[in-house]
Amino acid sequence: MNVAVEMNAVRQGESLDISEAGPAPKRIIAGFGFWIFLLSDIVMFSALFASYAVLAKASAGGLTTVQLFDQRNVAMETALLLLSSYSCGMMSLAINSRRYLATFLGAVVTFLLGAAFLKLELREFQGMIALGAAPERSAFLSAFFTLVGSHGLHVTVGLAWLVLMIVQLSLRGFQDVVVRRLHCFSLFWHALDIIWVLIFTVVYLMGVLP
Amino acid sequence: MTLLGKLDWSAVPLDQPIIMGTVGGMVVAIVSILSWVTLKGYVPYLWREWITSVDHKRIGVMYIVLALVMLLRGFADGIMMRTQQAVAAGGAQGYLPPEHFDQIFSAHGTIMIFFVAMPLVIGLMNFAVPLQLGVRDVAFPTMNSISFWLTASGVLLTNVSLAVGEFAKTGWFAYPPLSELQFSPGVGVDYYLWSLQLSGIGTLLSGVNFVTTILKMRAPGMSYMRMPVFCWTALASNLLIVAAFPVLTALFAMLLLDRYLGFHFFTVDAGGNAMMYVNLFWVWGHPEVYILVLPAFGIFSEVAATFSGKSLFGYRSMVLATMTICVLSYTVWLHHFFTMGASASVNAFFGITSMIIGVPTGVKVFNWLFTMYGGRVRFTVPVLWTIGFMMSFVFGGLTGVLLALPAVDWQVHNSVFLVAHFHHVIIPGVLFGCMAGYNYWFPKAFGFRLDERWGKAAFWCWFIGFHLAFMPLYVTGLMGMPRRLQHYDVLAWQPWLLVAEVGALVILTGIICQIVQIVVSIRHREQLRDTTGDPWNGRTLEWSTASPPPAWNFAVLPRVHELDAFWAHKQRVLAKQRLPVRQHAYQPIEVPKNSPVGFATAFFAVVSGFALIWHIWWMAGFGVLGAAATLLAFMFRTKDEVEIPADQVDLFDRAHPVEVSL
Repeated sequence: MNVAVEMNAVRQGESLDISEAGPAPKRIIAGFGFWIFLLSDIVMFSALFASYAVLAKASAGGLTTVQLFDQRNVAMETALLLLSSYSCGMMSLAINSRRYLATFLGAVVTFLLGAAFLKLELREFQGMIALGAAPERSAFLSAFFTLVGSHGLHVTVGLAWLVLMIVQLSLRGFQDVVVRRLHCFSLFWHALDIIWVLIFTVVYLMGVLP
Repeated sequence: MTLLGKLDWSAVPLDQPIIMGTVGGMVVAIVSILSWVTLKGYVPYLWREWITSVDHKRIGVMYIVLALVMLLRGFADGIMMRTQQAVAAGGAQGYLPPEHFDQIFSAHGTIMIFFVAMPLVIGLMNFAVPLQLGVRDVAFPTMNSISFWLTASGVLLTNVSLAVGEFAKTGWFAYPPLSELQFSPGVGVDYYLWSLQLSGIGTLLSGVNFVTTILKMRAPGMSYMRMPVFCWTALASNLLIVAAFPVLTALFAMLLLDRYLGFHFFTVDAGGNAMMYVNLFWVWGHPEVYILVLPAFGIFSEVAATFSGKSLFGYRSMVLATMTICVLSYTVWLHHFFTMGASASVNAFFGITSMIIGVPTGVKVFNWLFTMYGGRVRFTVPVLWTIGFMMSFVFGGLTGVLLALPAVDWQVHNSVFLVAHFHHVIIPGVLFGCMAGYNYWFPKAFGFRLDERWGKAAFWCWFIGFHLAFMPLYVTGLMGMPRRLQHYDVLAWQPWLLVAEVGALVILTGIICQIVQIVVSIRHREQLRDTTGDPWNGRTLEWSTASPPPAWNFAVLPRVHELDAFWAHKQRVLAKQRLPVRQHAYQPIEVPKNSPVGFATAFFAVVSGFALIWHIWWMAGFGVLGAAATLLAFMFRTKDEVEIPADQVDLFDRAHPVEVSL
């Protein structure tokens, strides 16, 4: 972008406040825009959280939170997802120093941990449905499956995105656009962790309170 | 016929002459426009310069065209309702059967909010904000195109519902349990939900785009307190979009799950909670009001300052008031349903916050008045719309303060008093603002002004017609008339409703004047031509470039030293009594490359939306896969930008000398 050229000219001319520096470079714009998108995603989750909070007790004579939630399974899910964030962070470091092998390794480990998380979540869902606790059973279960399932859907999208990024990385190397997208991916993945921590607290921990 | 889901010939209302006549007219119009375009050989031009364009100015113009076309449809719905209520008194049933009347008032609200007001506001922001910021495009140009085409998909689906199937009969907010499958088994609510989901995603992406643009892309030297007020109001509006639209997306997703997969979010059985829908709807819905009106406030500010030849009175208080409204708009949603049964304290809290939000709005009104006070006001068309707005909006706002009192609200809840109130703020606020903006920026977009005489005639018809149409509704509202009546027995209401009908006809005259205005202006474009790029003696950066601006907007990014940068620059030039020496050391400019991604995504979105509405699962899968493949192809695109060589920039600048270049 030749905007950057003009910006340098401005910078040399006089020292300016950051808000007067002119258009930001593309890397900043992409990252910032993605942050804003993530905020909107978190707002969407907040609506789902609110509905869950309203409907959590509306089990309509069916199974309730205390009867359904298995702490061990949730602990494992949490561990897998948090570890995948760690490996995603390692991948970001490898990208910053432009090391291929470490980047691929980070991506593959992140993918496997994320996939394992999904596997556990699907197993939990299947188990609940087998007990007759399907989303059609009660308002509580509708809200539960929608909230937790939306997070799971995000993880699935994240995994597909990660695969695409591995493909792009092998085809195009550390091009600016690929690095920008990997950066956005890691933001996305960490945001999913934040949401999971809230799900863990609001749904699973508060759900088994006596 | 499982291959086509629920779709068969009974979906087409062949026995309804009004609907079939409208559909026939629309089909004839579309076919004749398409064949005219094809025969004249304009298709490649349209594809190259508009459909695949990622230029924010082109996208802005397309948004506005879409909105104006839908304004005709929404207004047709409105005048049909007025006509029905003017005649269906006593034993008379009027000419619209109840199930058709129900669809009309639902479609009217949905179309006017989502497909007229929203695209008008977003279109004007698209056109003006990057120019005012002194930059070359928005942050994500291709995403901008996707946003527009997704909005257009929503529009298309809504219009298809006229011919194939039906539209929602639930009112524009589709409250459950009425909108649940049990009580609305038809496809109407599904049309509503999928149209709004698609256009909602488009709007959300626009919001992300503009927040990023305004916060991260401004001309060198343009600190926040040097931004034009319209950019501030656009920022506030888009922050609200980012924070409000995801709630709507989540909410509609829940209702869709109820309807398609038997979930129980809002059902009457199995613990569902319909009031949760109402709460979440207005958690989106009240900020939506400010999403629409804040940019209009920005336009009024620009118009008042420009045509008074003065800087805006109280710029800082205007910014503060805008951002205060932006925050407060999240604290008032419950005033839409004081009758829900919340405790007196809860109602009192929301009543008080609703009244408080009138304070920053009042600050704005005084600022506009003081801007004009002592100025040399030029009574152009945008100024007429602005003055008309100030006079009506204060009154409409005051009825809002009345409604903010829970005790009063209980009396007039769900009556046409409320209908009168919200039309009284939305039409002068949003629509008058967009009309002012349309007349104000038209010469920038096309290089010639709009005809003043027809523009003034249009204003007066709208202004008088609006008051004739809605003042009587306050009266009948206080007389106890509920909204959405297909017929009524109280003959005392009828004279007032006849006056309202006359008002609607006067507005119709205004719309005809606007159509004539555009035709006359195009025919007389040589007399109305503006070669300076600055027809109104403007203050902000958009007037410092050619009209219409080139794809790159500014050959060299302007340097900003103060608020009203262009005005200050002109004053300096006048003081020195000589024009600055034009520098010809142009650099090549990279502009974003055209892309069919937006159009293709929207095409597949329409296919999947239509398929989901009619339960044609294979087709829905095809649509989703197609959209995914389109985005995938975009992701693997290698070239994002095309370079405009320096000599081409030079050539354009020589051919279009602007009065004073920065």
